Amino acid sequence: MNINSHSVEVRDLDLHFGEVKVLQELNIDIHEGEFLVLLGSSGCGKSTLLNCIAGLLDVTDGQIFIKGQNVTWKEPSDRGIGMVFQSYALYPQMTVEGNLSFGLKNARVARDEIAKRVARAAEILQIEPLLKRKPGALSGGQRQRVAIGRALVRDVDVFLFDEPLSNLDAKLRTDLRVELKRLHQQLKNTMIYVTHDQVEAMTLADRIAIMKGGKIMQLGSPDEIYNRPQNIYVAGFIGSPAMNMIEGRIDNGHFAGHDLSLPLDGYEFERTDHHAGPVAIGIRPEHVLTGDAVETAAAQAEVEVQIVEKLGSDTLVHSTLGSLNLRFRMDGLSRVTEGDRLRIGFDTSRASLFDAVTETRL
Amino acid sequence: MVDATSPTAGRILEGPRGSKPKSRLSRRNIFLYGTLLLVSIYYLLPLYVMIVTSLKGMPEIRLGNIFAPPVEITFEPWVKAWAEACTGINCDGLSRGFGNSVKILIPSLILSISIASVNGYALANWRFKGSEVFFTILIIGAFIPYQTMLYPIVIILREIGLMGSLWGLVLVHTVFGMPILTLLFRNYFTSLPEELFKAARVDGAGFWGVYFRVMLPMSIPIFVVAMILQVTGIWNDFLFGVIYTKPETYPMTVQLNNIVNSVQGIKEYNVNMAATLLTGLVPLVIYFVSGKLFVRGIAAGAVKG
Repeated sequence: MNINSHSVEVRDLDLHFGEVKVLQELNIDIHEGEFLVLLGSSGCGKSTLLNCIAGLLDVTDGQIFIKGQNVTWKEPSDRGIGMVFQSYALYPQMTVEGNLSFGLKNARVARDEIAKRVARAAEILQIEPLLKRKPGALSGGQRQRVAIGRALVRDVDVFLFDEPLSNLDAKLRTDLRVELKRLHQQLKNTMIYVTHDQVEAMTLADRIAIMKGGKIMQLGSPDEIYNRPQNIYVAGFIGSPAMNMIEGRIDNGHFAGHDLSLPLDGYEFERTDHHAGPVAIGIRPEHVLTGDAVETAAAQAEVEVQIVEKLGSDTLVHSTLGSLNLRFRMDGLSRVTEGDRLRIGFDTSRASLFDAVTETRL
Repeated sequence: MVDATSPTAGRILEGPRGSKPKSRLSRRNIFLYGTLLLVSIYYLLPLYVMIVTSLKGMPEIRLGNIFAPPVEITFEPWVKAWAEACTGINCDGLSRGFGNSVKILIPSLILSISIASVNGYALANWRFKGSEVFFTILIIGAFIPYQTMLYPIVIILREIGLMGSLWGLVLVHTVFGMPILTLLFRNYFTSLPEELFKAARVDGAGFWGVYFRVMLPMSIPIFVVAMILQVTGIWNDFLFGVIYTKPETYPMTVQLNNIVNSVQGIKEYNVNMAATLLTGLVPLVIYFVSGKLFVRGIAAGAVKG
């Protein structure tokens, strides 16, 4: 990929608030037309990074390029970005039309051009009947549409979303999520999207950057993030319920720990130096085999069922194997009850192995 | 779960149902309204006496019954207080003081509020290096007793040639209103969502653009609060007025004092009462007109900061 296809580049970005290092040596390249999600728990620096890209925060060190131009010291309005905020941030005293055209008026765009662009944005977002209303008279979903429209009319290269759906109720959130995806397919703009909701991240993103403590823990496609987490943090963060993490050692091509011996024949090692030190194996709840499939598994064990959570589509079982807690999924119709003893199998080809000391993938 | 065959279906169950009846004459209500009534009378009685007295002629006042309503209503004292009462050699009543007070009030009001609101806006949204220090110094200014600054200000006004003029007093009022007004505005602007400010910046609005087109239209309540504070403060001011002006430029309060405290001749209580009521009229009107906004603004500013 050549350098010109990069839409946003962040180089060695540092941001300190006094002694607190919010962002450290951060590097990220975002491709033209890409939908990148910054994901992490609160305080990980994801919103801060977005604000830096927007120009709303002064960086301590490093550079930011948008479309090949160094915008590190540029005003937010001169960066070719549009931003959508969690609280919508609509100007309450202006009508929807006023909100949409505010940025254009500031940029001294001609009157008929403003009308044209407002009309187009309103059409795309289906808010035409609301143009004369004030934000106070709109529902949450309508407000967020207007907020997106405000970025849309300005014909920007990059859209920045700061948890845009967090204030909406669950149903509306799902609807707007789909709509955002459609919008991205239609407009083909670069979009950077901050969220703490992993479902949003998985469904929307071309690539996800998982952040922690001002650093990027892993940057990759949703598929890579989910199936090949590069470290224990990412493995534990993504997936609900969380991955089962079992500590042990590698012994003669087998994982050994907690009275388990799991053959690693099918496992694709990323490093050749898989060593004698302590390791941890991560197995997702859906990769624990139950029922008839147990017989096909190379490694089996018998567990005691502790808690059964019926979710409708499937059943979530919390069980113990000696001192080890194991979570796994079963069919929604399985008749398992607390106290049952159950045979389960392990599919190690889809597991993740980590160095327990460096916490990185083996 | 109740199904149609259950024994309670289709039958009204005994016992109370619906909202609980309330007694109007409960002990709690008598106590509450009784207290409110007493306190209201306590506060309104002086006002009543003033109004009644100002509408009586002097012979009637000499009868000594201050609570009695006027037998014969006369507006003579009001006219006299406004246009004829003497202070020193001037005998044109309070009208001149009123004119002076208005001439002091309007520019002080506009100047202090416009400067303080921009101050507060800058301190809330455009944190610059040392802005916290600047703010702290400003707030400390609010706690220094006026008295210690009286004489230095005399010197400053003399040096810049404003001593004794209305503009000198305007300057003093503007400066002394600055700490509390800046605090008020800063706290209000801090309580507005920060994302709104960010959105306006992304939309290309600069310092003044954000202020005039986004912040200002959202801040009417706090402007009303500031206005009320300043109108009452400046209108009721006596100390600065008596020190920094001269007889021709005395504000209304100083003139009122001179009328009421005049030692020559007989005490014209009715004129004094009318003069006092006239002087208090401006803040009173402001309160009545903007009372609702005042309460809302105080609450809005109090949320954060």
